Amino acid sequence: MVSGLTVSERQWSMAILVIVAFVGLAMAAAGANRADPMQAHGFIVLLFSLAVFCFVLRDYYQPEPAAARLASYYDDPSKAGIVVAMLWAVFGMFIGDWVAWLLAFPDLTFDAAWSSFGRLRPAHTTGVIFGFGGNALIATSFHVMQRTSRARLPDQFSPWFVLVGYNLFCLLAISGYFLGITQSKEYAEPEWYADIWLVIVWVVYLVLYLRTLARRKEPHIYVANWYYLAFILVVAILHVVNNLAVPASFAGAKSYSLFSGVQDAMTQWWYGHNAVAFFLTAGFLGMLYYYLPKRAGRPIYSYRMSIIGFWGITFFYMWAGSHHLHYTALPQWVQTLGMTFSVMLLVPSWIAAANALLTLNGAWDKVRDDATLRFMMMAAVFYGLSTFEGSFMAIRSVNALSHYTDWTIGHVHAGAMGWVALITFGSIYAVVPWLWKRERMYSPVLVEVHFWLALAGTLIYVFAMWNSGIIQGLMWRTYNDSGTLTYSFLDTMVAMHPYYVARAIGGLLFLLGAIVGCYNIWMTIRRPSELPAASGDIPLPVNLQPAE
Amino acid sequence: MDIGHYTLVGFAKSFGLFYLLALAAAALLYACWPANRTRFDKAARDIIEDEDKPWR
Repeated sequence: MVSGLTVSERQWSMAILVIVAFVGLAMAAAGANRADPMQAHGFIVLLFSLAVFCFVLRDYYQPEPAAARLASYYDDPSKAGIVVAMLWAVFGMFIGDWVAWLLAFPDLTFDAAWSSFGRLRPAHTTGVIFGFGGNALIATSFHVMQRTSRARLPDQFSPWFVLVGYNLFCLLAISGYFLGITQSKEYAEPEWYADIWLVIVWVVYLVLYLRTLARRKEPHIYVANWYYLAFILVVAILHVVNNLAVPASFAGAKSYSLFSGVQDAMTQWWYGHNAVAFFLTAGFLGMLYYYLPKRAGRPIYSYRMSIIGFWGITFFYMWAGSHHLHYTALPQWVQTLGMTFSVMLLVPSWIAAANALLTLNGAWDKVRDDATLRFMMMAAVFYGLSTFEGSFMAIRSVNALSHYTDWTIGHVHAGAMGWVALITFGSIYAVVPWLWKRERMYSPVLVEVHFWLALAGTLIYVFAMWNSGIIQGLMWRTYNDSGTLTYSFLDTMVAMHPYYVARAIGGLLFLLGAIVGCYNIWMTIRRPSELPAASGDIPLPVNLQPAE
Repeated sequence: MDIGHYTLVGFAKSFGLFYLLALAAAALLYACWPANRTRFDKAARDIIEDEDKPWR
């Protein structure tokens, strides 16, 4: 990987790593001075940059790559990103399943602070959303932007800066939760210095994307790039606004948000719901619009629909966040606005789901035979289902039953497991043989095994949470003849217990599927590339003449 | 400058409607404009067969 960089790119890498190492040292010293948990983060930054520095140094004196490389795409960062994404998947899903068992059996926290629910839960969400999802988005976006632009990445340094820098952010985020560092905003937990670092990484990512597009051959930009760009651009805006905060001290981890009260809540859920929209939807729709037609060998059913869907999603989602704040101090009309836009969102969401499924119309034999394509098909089905459910749950009277119950958790996981993870696994299984120049995955049977484990896991999870959520919601609102609540909180816990066990089993199946996927990808990479077929190594014609 | 709550709400409720209607019209016109059809069809087809090397 390092031998693919030019000498000046290697020097740039080392210079930046030295700067980051010094920043880490300064953070460690400042933190140590005040006995602040920032000290640990300083050492993590220092060790991380030194480790990457040693990695670059090891191959520093390798000969420069030949100029012939410029005639091919630059895929090393995509390859690394996919491997890292799969490792994050196993980590994030392991923590998630641990949390699921912990909720059924509270002793599983083992009496330690770092393993309490409040710390494990963000480690799970950050691990799967940012670790797995984010790395998969970065890796596939590098692949897709080059192919659809027919242009090589403009340089070899910035994709590595984006990938390595982004993973440093993920490490700081998750290690911070275990240490008790959090600004306690959902999906935006990392503290101010990690947030600033992510802004730097993200700006480089956006500029890299725009520079690649500027080199494109086709005047028209393929729609998958629109979705990826919306993901990058809007996540930057959301991240900056929601994380506006004043550090209590530059030598400490603690900061205070610029917003308070209902403004804080509205800003957080404007961020939170658009993180679902632009991190967990737009980017993955970019994946869908490239890998699904490519794998099926058929152009997208309606390109027009993909454009209308794009503008619908970008402009409707922006207003939907307030449906998280029904029956709160937020003005009633803002709640209604969020509810209305959430219902309207069904149109562009179903446009995308229908477009994907109609593309497969006429290729159902491929879906039956090819588990990779089936991953993508099932993802489109779950996308359609969970967006319908989401619009429905945003209606105020439905939300009165569903909010604060496990129904919400079930809905999120129908989207995260059924849509986001399935489209990612499908895209990864499609792209791994292309990137590593293999004829196919090491074992198509294991792809099939993964598909059924993932589907079974998702269904068990979602059905368990529908049951427990609706039971919980109904028990909370049941009154007896004297007008007092019939059930205590503890009664609801007892009623939910069997579903919590079922949920943990569903999650375990999903985790096992991801581990099977890791093994399969690893073996595909390890297996030597097939030799080109020897001349004459082709089947005989069907209509053989009998010998004279 | 101090913008009052009611001013902001009034602006959001009036301008917001027309701004979204205009955006919807613009997106629909662009997507359905007959002259764009060949370009869109070409874009959709081109990703299926690519030569797997950059043009520059």
